[in-house]
Amino acid sequence: MKKYIKYLALASLVFTSCDPEFNDSVEDGDFYTAGEADFSNFVSVGNSLTAGFADNALYIEGQKNSFPNIMAKQFKRVGGGDFVQPLMSDNLGGLLLGGNQIMDTRLVLGVDAEGNPGPRNISGTPTTEITNSVYGGQMNNFGVPGAKSFHLVAPGYGNVAGVPVGVANPYFVRFASSDEATVIGDAMEQNPSFFSLWIGNNDILGYATSGGVGINQQGNLDPTTYGGNDITDINVFGSVYSDLIETLASNTSGGVVYNIPDVTNIPFFTTVPTNPLPLDETTVTILNATFEAYNEQILPGLQQQGVISEEEVALRQVNFQPGPGNAVTIVDEDLTDLTDILQGAPFNLSAQQAQTLGQLRQANETDLIVLPASNFIGSQVEGGGVSAINGVSVPLGDEWVLTASEQAEINQARVAFNGIIQSLASQHNVAFVDVDMLLQEVAEGLPTDSGVLTSEFAAGGAFSLDGVHLTPRGYAVVANRAIDAINEKYGSSVPRVNPGDFRTVQPSDN
Amino acid sequence: MKKLLLSLGLLLSFYSVYAGGYRVATQGQRALAMGHSGVAVVNSAETAFFNPAGLILLEDRLNVSAGVTGVFNSTTWQNSSTGQFSSTERNVSTPFYLYASYKINEWLAAGLSVYTPYGSRVEWEKDWPGSHLVNEIELAAIFIQPLVSVKVNDYLSVGGGPIFVTGSVDFNRNLTRSLVDEQGNRANVGISDSGITNWGWGASVMFTPTEELKVGFNYRSEIMMDARGGNATFSNVPNSPIVPAENGVVPFNASLPLPAEWSLGVSYEFSEKFMATVQVDRTLWDVYESLDISFPGTGIPDAVNPRNYKNSSIYRVGAQYKASEQWTIRAGYYFDESPVQSGFFAPETPRNDGHGFTGGFSFELNDKLALDFAFLYLRFSEVDESYDFYMEDGVQVPFEGTFKSNAFLPGIGITYKL
Repeated sequence: MKKYIKYLALASLVFTSCDPEFNDSVEDGDFYTAGEADFSNFVSVGNSLTAGFADNALYIEGQKNSFPNIMAKQFKRVGGGDFVQPLMSDNLGGLLLGGNQIMDTRLVLGVDAEGNPGPRNISGTPTTEITNSVYGGQMNNFGVPGAKSFHLVAPGYGNVAGVPVGVANPYFVRFASSDEATVIGDAMEQNPSFFSLWIGNNDILGYATSGGVGINQQGNLDPTTYGGNDITDINVFGSVYSDLIETLASNTSGGVVYNIPDVTNIPFFTTVPTNPLPLDETTVTILNATFEAYNEQILPGLQQQGVISEEEVALRQVNFQPGPGNAVTIVDEDLTDLTDILQGAPFNLSAQQAQTLGQLRQANETDLIVLPASNFIGSQVEGGGVSAINGVSVPLGDEWVLTASEQAEINQARVAFNGIIQSLASQHNVAFVDVDMLLQEVAEGLPTDSGVLTSEFAAGGAFSLDGVHLTPRGYAVVANRAIDAINEKYGSSVPRVNPGDFRTVQPSDN
Repeated sequence: MKKLLLSLGLLLSFYSVYAGGYRVATQGQRALAMGHSGVAVVNSAETAFFNPAGLILLEDRLNVSAGVTGVFNSTTWQNSSTGQFSSTERNVSTPFYLYASYKINEWLAAGLSVYTPYGSRVEWEKDWPGSHLVNEIELAAIFIQPLVSVKVNDYLSVGGGPIFVTGSVDFNRNLTRSLVDEQGNRANVGISDSGITNWGWGASVMFTPTEELKVGFNYRSEIMMDARGGNATFSNVPNSPIVPAENGVVPFNASLPLPAEWSLGVSYEFSEKFMATVQVDRTLWDVYESLDISFPGTGIPDAVNPRNYKNSSIYRVGAQYKASEQWTIRAGYYFDESPVQSGFFAPETPRNDGHGFTGGFSFELNDKLALDFAFLYLRFSEVDESYDFYMEDGVQVPFEGTFKSNAFLPGIGITYKL
């Protein structure tokens, strides 16, 4: 018996060491090549998209599925090292400052009492206290949610004292090296051998998601005077971006940069239609009676007086029909403001009526309604009585709608930013990812190993429940594009990932 | 002796995987050393498994053989388009056998066999890239078979008996490639059942046209292992009615066939010292069409996993040489056709065609007792394969890669005769 045990023990030692080995193993250093790039210390710089932000929050699982972390895992086949991220404390998302919650928890796909799925905040109290610094030692992900281009070079952006007054960023506070540190400075402290830079989205996105309530700051070269919802001046962006890429490219073996996608391809702006209203016959009769005088007398009268053009009269016609598909009413800042005129003779409307009609029109296919409006349209105006319905008898405010002219402002800046990014990428000879084109492809339906990925809200698979940021599967697709671009630029052969191995939106009733 | 057997019985787990599908061919050290050929060999009580018709031809009145094999097998996988790789844990499993026969008179012998011809144990790294197909599987089946062996005349004997099987199954996989709970843990299901029983039978004939020549044929019937009402444990499922499962334990039903097999072989004694044998085995794997797991009364959709195995053959050759009164040495080879067809290469039984190289010896301690040793090295060439029948949202998602396996099987046994 003893002999038998000894024999088996000996055999165990011998045979467990004889694992089958491939003739050509992917684990061997020479299966894939790094080409001219050195992936040993990959550092990513950017905003929420780089951080792995999703579902309107930063949380551990999302960070683990950040596109640079996905890339870093693939880089391990070509000499890449560990990729350290400033991980949050939980999978709830949300932030605390001095014990007070300053950011909401992540959105999950819940189901309401009627069985309808929709996004809702996961329950629970955030545990990530921003004053508990995670700075120290290796750090690879310098994606700071909310950062605009100029924030990356702004000293004090990680100073907790600036958070309550909006000049510092609570996410950067967590891992800034000092109160005066800059994001780019801290990133360079890590001596990166390879970098990614995806910045500029927020330079237009704050304006877009706020429905264009901010200011287009073209001509204002002092970004410290900008509000959060403003569009960054093109020259400011160009100057900052040039400095960033110069700093990164001249101290590394190479890198990859990303351009800025068109907001009309993200579900935050494409989910709520301009004509979501189903109306019954009684309501329509009442509404049309209300607007009859406005359509047929007031507007033509104002045209005769030369106050508004014939086109504006046509644009301002308000009509409802029984059934679905009625367009919402909105306030359009670009219309002639009739508030004062309507209060005077011969119209003599009340101040409230005049204000309602002052810049009112029905939305049309050129407008984009923001995602949060889905719960607002059709709701009763607070204290406004039964007939005061948002988006119907009371127009949606500027913050709910991105009109064609606001879109044009955004696009003008974006196209200029993208031109700057692409020409600087080419000047510094780094890899370039056309995310704008990628998200256009997703909007049209992008085939993957797990079926067709689309930008349909919640169901399409590419976008998380905030309608702006990507799902892990969406980030995986971005990572693959970057890998392709890097392989082409540096002659490397980094393998891609299967997007289907990454999840889409998270269902939960928690 | 008794003590040894008892200890072995307590020690043993009897799972293994190697050889085609989940068939584990280690049913006798003497036969195993000769490429697991024994259908035309009358050598010891091992013939109770290989060809019970031969039991009446054993010279001694009482014959006992018992043994155990250590199975060290491992599979590695990689996918060169993604750079992913994984290996199975090298678990040691120990299939065993116990055979006894008693010659009642010159034409009738009775016997009893206990053996473990089917089993599987594969444990991949948890959440490995193929975890939506299998994380871990453990199958075990013990066959218990009373036997009679009848000498019809000087040239022909027949044998056989009913088979009682008791088995167990444990299987664990992730629900999909990407579903996770609120903490990011992969949603998982494990099924477990034991005490699954059923009956089958085996029968054989042996021709002895001359003193030197033997021709044997053995048949063992298919036995369906029907797991009914075992435990399926769902874990890490997000709390949502959108997901058609919830955390907890529900009953499951599943069926796994232990396929029929037949063997045909010839042996020839070239001299008192030298004997050689050839044999072909055919396993009727085509009964294994699909591994379907249902969860009755729960609303959880059935898990349908097409297998589409094909019948497969194994070609064996072996020889023994009696070097001295005490020492007998043996060697053999077999070629093992995989029942797994291309495109159905599921990582729970990751096997392609294999080459088995065997050797071993017996040492007679005295007139009654001998020690038997055998060693098998099973070699598989690396193969690019896929399992194409995993469905995700109505889309077929192949699981592809390069697989390579090997197995080392040292075995020890005793032969007792009186």
